[in-house]
Amino acid sequence: MLTLECPYCGIMADETELSPGYEAHLKRYGPGSSDEEFEAYMFARKNPKGVHFERWRHAYGCGKWFLAARDTATLEVFGTYPAQSAGPPQALQDKIKAKRPDWKGYK
Amino acid sequence: MKRYSAFALAREALSNHMGWERAWAAPQPKAAYDAIIIGAGGHGLATAYYLGKNFGITNVAILEKGWLGGGNTGRNTTIIRSNYLQDSSAAIYEKARSLYETLSQDLNYNAMFSPRGVMMLAQTHHEVRGYQRTAHANALQGVVTEFISPQRVKELCPILNIDGPRYPVLGALWQARGGTGRHDAVAWGYARACSAMGMDIIQNCEVKGITSANGVVTGVETTKGYIGTKKIGIVVAGHSGQVADMAGFRLPVEAVALQALVSEPIKPCMDVVVMANTVHGYMSQSDKGEMVIGGGTDGFNNFTQRGSFHHIEETLRALIETFPIISRLKMLRQWGGIVDMTGDRSPIISKTPVGNCFINCGWGTGGFKAIPGSGWAMAELMAKGEPGPLAAEFDMWRFKEGRFIDESVAAGVAH
Ligand SMILES: Cc1cc2nc3c(=O)[nH]c(=O)nc-3n(C[C@H](O)[C@H](O)[C@H](O)COP(=O)(O)OP(=O)(O)OC[C@H]3O[C@@H](n4cnc5c(N)ncnc54)[C@H](O)[C@@H]3O)c2cc1C
Ligand SMILES: [Zn+2]
Repeated sequence: MLTLECPYCGIMADETELSPGYEAHLKRYGPGSSDEEFEAYMFARKNPKGVHFERWRHAYGCGKWFLAARDTATLEVFGTYPAQSAGPPQALQDKIKAKRPDWKGYK
Repeated sequence: MKRYSAFALAREALSNHMGWERAWAAPQPKAAYDAIIIGAGGHGLATAYYLGKNFGITNVAILEKGWLGGGNTGRNTTIIRSNYLQDSSAAIYEKARSLYETLSQDLNYNAMFSPRGVMMLAQTHHEVRGYQRTAHANALQGVVTEFISPQRVKELCPILNIDGPRYPVLGALWQARGGTGRHDAVAWGYARACSAMGMDIIQNCEVKGITSANGVVTGVETTKGYIGTKKIGIVVAGHSGQVADMAGFRLPVEAVALQALVSEPIKPCMDVVVMANTVHGYMSQSDKGEMVIGGGTDGFNNFTQRGSFHHIEETLRALIETFPIISRLKMLRQWGGIVDMTGDRSPIISKTPVGNCFINCGWGTGGFKAIPGSGWAMAELMAKGEPGPLAAEFDMWRFKEGRFIDESVAAGVAH
């Protein structure tokens, strides 16, 4: 079973305690945006086979949203971090790069 | 190709079955083809078949990274129905369902289409209204369905518990001409027919790159070398995003795991397909006697063909409530497939930003039923360069323009 550490309460939470929220760090677009921007925000997902950054909610725990880095091809979890982050923390990116030298990096 | 028939069976019986030929050839790739299909699942093989049959295009290669039919086509629970809500969905799924009726004769291969009837239970008042609406929509679309009473549900499927404590059965959407088919046989039958037309099915050949010149495709890089082509059809289900990336465009698709399982075989006890969308499970019985069971998808991107265990538990919990007699059955096997989900839960059959590069994907949890119709529509798109009426609404630009074909309300469960 997938287990993620909730960065708020510090608990190792089982998948059954969590709600998935798919891709993290999406840029929101509102009224006045172009069709392309709306499509990118609503539908055009990265969906990578490999390193992915996603949103999860500790639904049956503290209730908070947080972010996680995971490999979609192996299900390995690299780490979790608070939802208030604009991008993945540098230390986490370095850790992923060390484990996945082919990774093109966060963009 | 030697035809299969009762006579052939008798002839081979007399010669110790030594005279059967290979069902399909195992060629090495040629330098170039008129068209290349990436992905030898049901949809890719059907596309190739109708390219040959309907348009006479037979200088075609179908490239498969694993073995043919080893993707979702060989992993699904084979429910075939066409009782969708939106007109464009009903049209293509009904085309597929009607082609399934004569597929065995057409391919000279027993696809075991079994129109045993599909029942979608209504277990909330919301579902009752939803399915009544679908039944009315289907009447206008010329798809024969009906909304039936709980008593009729019980007559059609006596092992069903219609008085469950949480969700009593309030009725059902019934499509008598829906049913099941033999998943492998559909892939094998199309493969044999394609091979007989002179097409090359090349297995263990992964596409690694797509080349183009002046915005038009020129060929593919594969694990068996470079192969030139004038047209490409990308039909790779769960890996659609990855292959589209090779061509240089992005798709509104996410890959998630969907699981299924079968029980130990038991005596025949149900001869219809039952889907219980509120409690989230569905079941039918195979010819071998196994109960074939499926439920919902996992909620995260996944390429491992492995799903989460708690979803199996959730599905079985739902089905034990619906069919109390299965509570002591042992489950024999369980597996997962990677399904390609679009934002409106409808497929994409479309031109792409790259010239002569076409895509067929997004069938997600429910594309087995669509294989013949999808192949038919995709072949027309590839042959003519423009979509015909079946594919027209399923282009990839609908997400930008807000022309959704919203089936997510019509299909609450994966099938
Ligand atoms: C558990 C489960 C249950 C389901 N139940 C039902 C059901 O009851 N009814 C229903 O209608 N549908 C059902 N579906 C959905 C259905 O299985 C799919 O929609 C359908 O089989 C998709 O067919 P396809 O040919 O598009 O994909 P696939 O059969 O997956 O074929 C795609 C092929 O492309 C190949 N490929 C990928 N990348 C490359 C590459 N780079 N180079 C070469 N080849 C490549 C893959 O190896 C694969 O063989 C279910 C799916 C699952 C997983
Ligand atoms: Zn928490």
